[in-house]
Amino acid sequence: MADSGVTDGPNKKDEIERVKSEGKDLTKEEKQRLRKEKKQQKKNKEKKDDKASQESEKEKKSATSAAPASQPPTQLPAQKAPSAVPAPAPVPVPASEAPAPADKPAKSKAELKAERRARQEAERASKQGKKGEVGQQAPQGKSKAPPSELQPVVKRLPEHIQVDNPDVLKKLAKKLERQQTPGYNAATKIPLRSDYGYKVSLFSHLHQYSRKAPLTQQLSIPSTVIHPAIVQLGLQYSQGIVAGSNARSVALLHAFKQVIRDYTTPPNEELSRDLVNKLKPYISFLNQCRPLSASMGNAIKYIKKEISNIPSQCKEEEAKSKLLNCIDCYINEKIVLAAKAIAKYSIEKISDGDVILVYGCSSLVNHILCEAFEKSRKFRVIVVDSRPRLEGREALRRLVQRGISCTYVLISAVSYILPEVSKVFLGAHALLANGYVMSRVGTSQIALVAKAFNVPVLVCCETYKFCDRVQTDSFVSNELDDPDDLIVTRKGKTQLEDWHQVDSLGLLNLVYDVTPPDFVDLVITDLGMIPCTSVPVVLRVKNVDQ
Amino acid sequence: MDKELVEYFRAQMRKDPDMASAVAAIRTLLEFLKRDKGETILGLRENLTWATDCLTGVDSSVAVSSGGELFLRFISLTSLEHQDLSRCKKVMEERGELFLEKISMSRTKVAKLCHTFIKDGAKILTHSYSRVVLRVLEKAAAEKKRFSVYVTESQPDSAGRQMAEALRKLNVPVTVVLDAAVGYVLEKVDLVIVGAEGVVESGGIINKIGTYQMAVCSKAHNKPFYVVAESFKFVRLYPLNQQDVPDKFKYKADTLKTVQNLSEEHPIIDYTPPSLITLLFTDLGVLTPSAVSDELIKLYL
Repeated sequence: MADSGVTDGPNKKDEIERVKSEGKDLTKEEKQRLRKEKKQQKKNKEKKDDKASQESEKEKKSATSAAPASQPPTQLPAQKAPSAVPAPAPVPVPASEAPAPADKPAKSKAELKAERRARQEAERASKQGKKGEVGQQAPQGKSKAPPSELQPVVKRLPEHIQVDNPDVLKKLAKKLERQQTPGYNAATKIPLRSDYGYKVSLFSHLHQYSRKAPLTQQLSIPSTVIHPAIVQLGLQYSQGIVAGSNARSVALLHAFKQVIRDYTTPPNEELSRDLVNKLKPYISFLNQCRPLSASMGNAIKYIKKEISNIPSQCKEEEAKSKLLNCIDCYINEKIVLAAKAIAKYSIEKISDGDVILVYGCSSLVNHILCEAFEKSRKFRVIVVDSRPRLEGREALRRLVQRGISCTYVLISAVSYILPEVSKVFLGAHALLANGYVMSRVGTSQIALVAKAFNVPVLVCCETYKFCDRVQTDSFVSNELDDPDDLIVTRKGKTQLEDWHQVDSLGLLNLVYDVTPPDFVDLVITDLGMIPCTSVPVVLRVKNVDQ
Repeated sequence: MDKELVEYFRAQMRKDPDMASAVAAIRTLLEFLKRDKGETILGLRENLTWATDCLTGVDSSVAVSSGGELFLRFISLTSLEHQDLSRCKKVMEERGELFLEKISMSRTKVAKLCHTFIKDGAKILTHSYSRVVLRVLEKAAAEKKRFSVYVTESQPDSAGRQMAEALRKLNVPVTVVLDAAVGYVLEKVDLVIVGAEGVVESGGIINKIGTYQMAVCSKAHNKPFYVVAESFKFVRLYPLNQQDVPDKFKYKADTLKTVQNLSEEHPIIDYTPPSLITLLFTDLGVLTPSAVSDELIKLYL
């Protein structure tokens, strides 16, 4: 009986190995089969080892003691589990005519030790084999690993960068279903937004949404599940009406304030737990409209912490006003006051006669330049802009309105204009834990060229944008914007309008890129001026404070 | 009031020429604290800040201003919740003495850390006259290591010759080279050790003019560039380039007071960026330039 199980096993194993080597995903049934077989194998292993130990003890009595005992273990480590199973089979099978349970009392300590060692070797070898198979499954993003001490720690990959894995998408859809409040039927679940158009293969693991039709036409958003303020916010994000990381965070916090104002605790529920659960579907919805930024993530973490810290005896009105107060404080401290502090430090670095280069539209950098102009520093600004967003025009408008003399160039002219420049001021979307700066695409290009011309590069960033993530390239985690934005009509001709028809053509509209810390000379934060490599120190100090 | 202060400072400098000017400044500040007749803690702090500024007016080195600021931070970093002002002052004075004791040991600590990096038979290049570097080389010589030293002349005050004299007394073979000969001599040397007048937040250093040149040349030759500095020289400046160093440090104090047009004067210090420095030896340990910011955050925040 045990042998039949053994002979079936290797065949199924080969089949599964073949399927895997062809690159196909294992179906659910195959996986279940695999799990059952492993359990069977383990049981067989125990039986075989028992037999092996009995036989080895018997053989030790008659002939050379260690040789047969070492035979199964030496064979086992050399082969994988499937083929290792039949290996001990020939050893005990021929000698199974006369098992000797009666000989047990005559075992000596050394023999016991040898048996134990042999059993351990056998188990270790079988586990090695299993580890090899599971190691192949792990990169496909499965978070469940069969329990085994030798298992390497499998890290779970975040879902937003596994868009090309159908299983992960299915999981996400299920999660969205589960997040609706109980009591509502399946028709009112949060919709899943579908991707648009051909994705360039390097970035196929990211979402790419279209902005042509407003979101309400693409999805049916159940208004009973999602608060209208959040729906409004989501629409504003998806259409690009609210853009820029500070603006998005502040809008998010204001929307959450509205949600908290309209919230009533259901009976038999605690505010601290129920409100957090209420916020989860909203956050998933907003993530569908536009992927969350690092600053928004930190703001959400803060709110969730504040909500769960509300004591249970607190009355609802009191708790709500406390939360609203907290949110106001957060906006005031981390954004408004931080901007003032950063402006104060930056003004020290702007001297008379400076030519400052800025890229795109960063609310913080604009604020700094306006403040410096108020403090009667004499400088002029060069605004660098790039397609398709052309955000530099907004920055230009704001600066010229104040009376600052500006020059406007496109990013292709940056190496032409840099010999005139004395300093480069850049804004940041997030600062990563290894010192890399994540910012609008094109920033790392400007930093690189500035380094080549030995022009100091200063990055201005509030501390609430510091995040614990580590990234060394712009591929792993990014955002893909609507590819149709790249289509432009000049002189009545629209060149790329039929790009869908051409099979080998893909349009890529990246939003962010990462700049290495070697290109950045100084980071100005509300805590002071720090070198780019000291970001983890600030994160550590912040965590200690909290 | 300030005349007394300046006199005391100069007396301290004369008494022990081996002492760093920052240490003399701190001694002066301690004495000033003892003699101060202020009525409030805030007043005391303001007076101390004023005294530091006064001393910077006498000796415009970076170390004096950084030492003064660190002294003030160290003594106020304790609970000053006592009712009686005199008791508070006593606490501050004790802290001040403790601070002085700590920093007088700093040079020995630095020497102990650094001398192991000097191998037997090494050829060392150094710049101008630095007492910390001298102490390091003394320790290495005491450990029976054989090495030879090239010193730059370091105009305009020819401080390098003073360094050469001191080294000859230690029986170390020493050669004085022109400032312009740094690139020429670098292929013969194994390592470069310099002192620092100030260590800035980015991990770069401010030192006698000619240090930046030496750092750039040693980077081009791939020779290690070591800096030895005590921790009281860490200062809260962040220069982006040579122009960004404040004028009050660039020129001697007398020059600042007398001369109208500074653009005709030669600066006496320059800034070496952290990318050119291999390691910094301080009494807080052996640091890479990026770790300096970490230490500064710990010291100042």
